[in-house]
Amino acid sequence: MVSSSAAVARPAKTRRLPWTVVPFLAILAGLVLMAIFAPLVSPVDPNAQNLLARLKAPGFSSRGIVYYLGTDELGRDVLSRIIYGARVSLLVAFASVALSGIFGSTLGMVAAFYRGWVETVLMRLVDIVLSVPAILLAIITVAVLGPSLTNVVIVLALTRWPRYARVAYGQTLSVANMPYVRLSRFMGAGWFRLLSRHILPNIAGGLIVVATLEFGLMVLFEAGLSFLGLGVQPPTSSWGAMLSTGRNYVGTAWWIATFPGVALFLLVLAINLIGDHMRDRLDPRSR
Amino acid sequence: MTAPLLQVNDLRVTIGGNPVVDGVSFHVSQGEILSLVGESGCGKSMTAFSVMGLLPKVARVAGGSINLGGKNMLTLPERERRRMRGNEFAMIFQEPVASLNPLMKIGHQIEESLVVHRGLNGKSARKAAIAMLEEVGIPEPEIRFGQYPFELSGGMCQRAMIAMALICQPRLLIADEPTTALDVTIQAQILELMKRLRDETGTAILLITHDMGVVADMADRVAVMYAGRVVEEAPVDALFARQEHPYTRLLLSTIPRLDDEPKSILPTIEGLVPDIGQWPVGCRFNPRCPLADKPCLESQPPLAARSDQGNAACWHADRVGEIA
Repeated sequence: MVSSSAAVARPAKTRRLPWTVVPFLAILAGLVLMAIFAPLVSPVDPNAQNLLARLKAPGFSSRGIVYYLGTDELGRDVLSRIIYGARVSLLVAFASVALSGIFGSTLGMVAAFYRGWVETVLMRLVDIVLSVPAILLAIITVAVLGPSLTNVVIVLALTRWPRYARVAYGQTLSVANMPYVRLSRFMGAGWFRLLSRHILPNIAGGLIVVATLEFGLMVLFEAGLSFLGLGVQPPTSSWGAMLSTGRNYVGTAWWIATFPGVALFLLVLAINLIGDHMRDRLDPRSR
Repeated sequence: MTAPLLQVNDLRVTIGGNPVVDGVSFHVSQGEILSLVGESGCGKSMTAFSVMGLLPKVARVAGGSINLGGKNMLTLPERERRRMRGNEFAMIFQEPVASLNPLMKIGHQIEESLVVHRGLNGKSARKAAIAMLEEVGIPEPEIRFGQYPFELSGGMCQRAMIAMALICQPRLLIADEPTTALDVTIQAQILELMKRLRDETGTAILLITHDMGVVADMADRVAVMYAGRVVEEAPVDALFARQEHPYTRLLLSTIPRLDDEPKSILPTIEGLVPDIGQWPVGCRFNPRCPLADKPCLESQPPLAARSDQGNAACWHADRVGEIA
């Protein structure tokens, strides 16, 4: 039971969002919803070819179907392909951020918690992975494993985890010496409880900020890999792949490359601005 | 008399090869409050951390024994020690606000020991935590249970920390300057609470402090530490009535008295506690001692029986009373 006096004593948990963030939050939410409900919102099957309607300009209509953003070189609806492409972008970004975030944060926390040789080994490993050019490693790995969505996620997770490890490591070092962690240890708590109940919640803010900023980067990486033909394979649509093929027609059919580019730009911009806002709110240094 | 609950014998702790605790011995009996007194850097906290088995990584136990409830804490495997921590003995710190996890509800922090040691969860743990909050004098415990530390005052946080420490009904509570960060009225309340809980539960308390006022108010017995050693140890009344070590005498004389001349300069003890590794030869207090003479510069006085009760380590124990 929460009495009224407690409700009064508790300060408002939600501060008003600044107006600069709201539109981008709306864009992100729109893109996410679009990706989730792609079959419902896309006008036509994204892989349905209509060779009689190749490279038609936006607004073209044929047999009762309006191609709002035009058609590509195989007569597929650009709008539908963008909608389905959002699924790939968001899925890859989400999966790789989740994987690398969990992996990196765990290693960073463990390194800072146990110190000694564990710390030395893990943090030197971080230095090594950070010094490897990520995109090069990605190209090599995908070239060896073969291009696929899963491999893209694996590559991104393997190259990006040190970011989280560094942040988790630094924050854990400072939090682990806080009296409340010591007190809990003095009360008989074991390492798992200390890390999960006392340290992780207190460093989560910084990790969430890194994850948001990384999310935007992962969207771009996926697009880059798909652009190079190392990501999603045809006929599945991906913004990067659409940019790649659209490049060949940019003189005659500008819409094929332009609209996925705009979508990509909007998604990354929205994520980055939200990430900046989160950093202002959660980062202990800017508090 | 039964064996004391905590028996520390000739404990030696070193940091980087330099002794910080150098042959400390004392004991705490069931239900007793022993006060460990001394200036900063004299080894009080290191002694407490040794008892808990959680010294900072740079420090090492170099010798001696710590016997708690019949178990030697220094040879006990870490698993066993962890099972005892919070369960058979617990500790509270001097920073009540920083000692509570800012992102965890008060109630859940108090439950923690029950969850860890008794495997209790959910309703029964919640009930026990609320009862404990009430026990330590926190009003509206059901509401406080669900609040976060920032919603509580410093005194409340200290009460909550005491509740955390006592929820498993430990036999020994180590309190490291529990009231230093609190203002005097809250300090008096907290001390009163600790005394009441001792009377009700029979928990022994090892009270670490540098505040002689707190000592006079709380302790049954006092052990005065200087530069890593116990220099005098006696029941509190005997110690306040008669000191047989100059350090104790001077420490007591630094407390302003109500019948002092107004605006007189507060007495101090000349000099500083020597740094670790730079302890003087002979009696370690000799650079600051008004009685120091040749034997004091040459050899360390042993802890010998005082004329009434307790022990003191001074070559001139009979002359300490002469110090103004």
